[in-house]
Amino acid sequence: MHIPDGYLSPSTCATLYALATAGWYAALRRIQRMLQARMIPLISVFAAFSFVVMMFNVPLPGGTTGHAVGVAVAAIVLGPSGAILAISIALAIQALFFGDGGITTLGANCFNMAIVGSLVAYATYRFIAAGADEKSRRRVWAAALAGYVAINASAFLAAVEFGIQPRLFHSASGTPLYAPYPLSVAIPAMMLGHLTIAGLAEAVISAGMISYLQHADIGLLRGRETFATLSPTAAPRAAQRLWVVVALLMVLTPLGILATGTAWGEWSASDFQQSDARAQIAAASHADPPAAAPSGLARLSALWTAPFPAYAPAFIHNPALGYLLSAVFGVGVLMVSYILLRRLTNRPRVRGELT
Amino acid sequence: MSRLIESTLRRFARALSDALISEQIATRRGLLQSLDARVRVLALFALVLAVLLSRRILIIAALLAVAALLALASRVSLGLLAKRVWLVALGFTGIIAIPALFITPGPPLGKFASMTSTGLRSAILLITRVETAATLTTLLVLTTPWNYLLKALRELKLPAEVVTVLAMTHRYIFLLIESANQMFESRQSRMVGVLSSAEQRRMTARTAGVLLSKSIELSQDVYLAMQSRGFRGEVHALAGSRMTAHDFAALALAILAATAAVWIGR
Repeated sequence: MHIPDGYLSPSTCATLYALATAGWYAALRRIQRMLQARMIPLISVFAAFSFVVMMFNVPLPGGTTGHAVGVAVAAIVLGPSGAILAISIALAIQALFFGDGGITTLGANCFNMAIVGSLVAYATYRFIAAGADEKSRRRVWAAALAGYVAINASAFLAAVEFGIQPRLFHSASGTPLYAPYPLSVAIPAMMLGHLTIAGLAEAVISAGMISYLQHADIGLLRGRETFATLSPTAAPRAAQRLWVVVALLMVLTPLGILATGTAWGEWSASDFQQSDARAQIAAASHADPPAAAPSGLARLSALWTAPFPAYAPAFIHNPALGYLLSAVFGVGVLMVSYILLRRLTNRPRVRGELT
Repeated sequence: MSRLIESTLRRFARALSDALISEQIATRRGLLQSLDARVRVLALFALVLAVLLSRRILIIAALLAVAALLALASRVSLGLLAKRVWLVALGFTGIIAIPALFITPGPPLGKFASMTSTGLRSAILLITRVETAATLTTLLVLTTPWNYLLKALRELKLPAEVVTVLAMTHRYIFLLIESANQMFESRQSRMVGVLSSAEQRRMTARTAGVLLSKSIELSQDVYLAMQSRGFRGEVHALAGSRMTAHDFAALALAILAATAAVWIGR
């Protein structure tokens, strides 16, 4: 699933680098609070361990072998933040030192496997193992499923990243410029290998290692709780979850271009003059549109011109890039507004406390 | 059974030998080796970006030729590149690209009615792109010792903590490969029969589990050792080196070539 250079367009790579950077930053902040100086050796050695485990041939039922990423074990032992950093570092060394996986696609690979993989694995494990005894069999099954689901979630994201390429990036003659297969081909092709071999390899190694640790080194399964004693309260956790949702929504923004026509009720005044737009309005509304644009709409539409007209900055002719930039810009504006508002609303109280 | 252990052992051996070959090539006196590591990182990255941004097969092929010339000037043999990059990328991406010949919508291709010309173009575009980008990044890896690469990344403003973690991870990868190698070898030396599939799985997971326990212990030892040297969580790096006129010229040339490739290939 290591995406090499050349499969994804530069704008896709840039977007996924931006998303991965947000994930790295959040994970780094959190783990620094928890571990302080211990963080550097722990993440380093764990990343080295992940790298070596990725080289293991995992025997599978049926006689084949596969390779695992070890993302579920990392998430269970280190917690999601530690796993994000350790797996990312292992992937970076694979790309930078061994040329395995691209440099421009490193953000994409880290986002898919390290960030989404760790979060999905951790959530699945916690959900299934909730309340189970330390040595219960349920934890082994939870680890297996966590690995399986995480690898398939990562593969699905990679497939979506591949699948949006031909739609968004093609030459005038229709030649796909990067990964050539549409979503309808990319998703089944990627998922077939991961639902069977790669997912199974991850499930086998996760279950086997958790079972081993239950018998031989139970302390490591409590490790996360040990780190968590220094962890912040639930509020940043909720904020982190929110970030994941925002990040996923941002990455999915180019899907909006795949829908044809204008969303119902989002017509512009000029749409009422064009015959094809009128036909679309009529079909969507099951009624004929008025002969001219409603006077209120015509008057108000001149009042405000958005900085990014129709979601694409004027200087960017590529609609996909425009869409993504608009998403990033939009989230940025919201963040700045939120921070400003919070500062404004917090200030008097802080002053009150000081005096 | 032993095939399983052997193939994992072979992977370990290959990783070690690849690292050794890179180290040897990096010390040769060649064009890329003579440049500042920052210039190598920036120049090769600019060329990779040009490969991604260019839309014409000929331009990307020209960049591949430039990469091959850079390899020769840096005393990297084309045979090594073929074995390590070209054949591997061709095998992997070639298989992925084959169905595109037939299922990409477009005008049929003369005699081969089931193929389309857009399919052929997109398959060749994908393969040349992947080959060229992989050649350029492999050149960077082959001609730059790991510590120089990290120093360059630090000077290019990657946070010091990240660079330290990358350096430490790289160091312990070799230690842990050695450790896993010994575990597999000692298991194999004690084996006379054939292991069942379930037993093979247990053995692999157990080895991984022991390696994990060892890794965590190692990290604690490393932490104590760092503390004994006065480590308090802050990382300091040595001051940067100075770039020569030769370095600036090389960087300018690379950026010019990349820009020209993007401009002509747009």
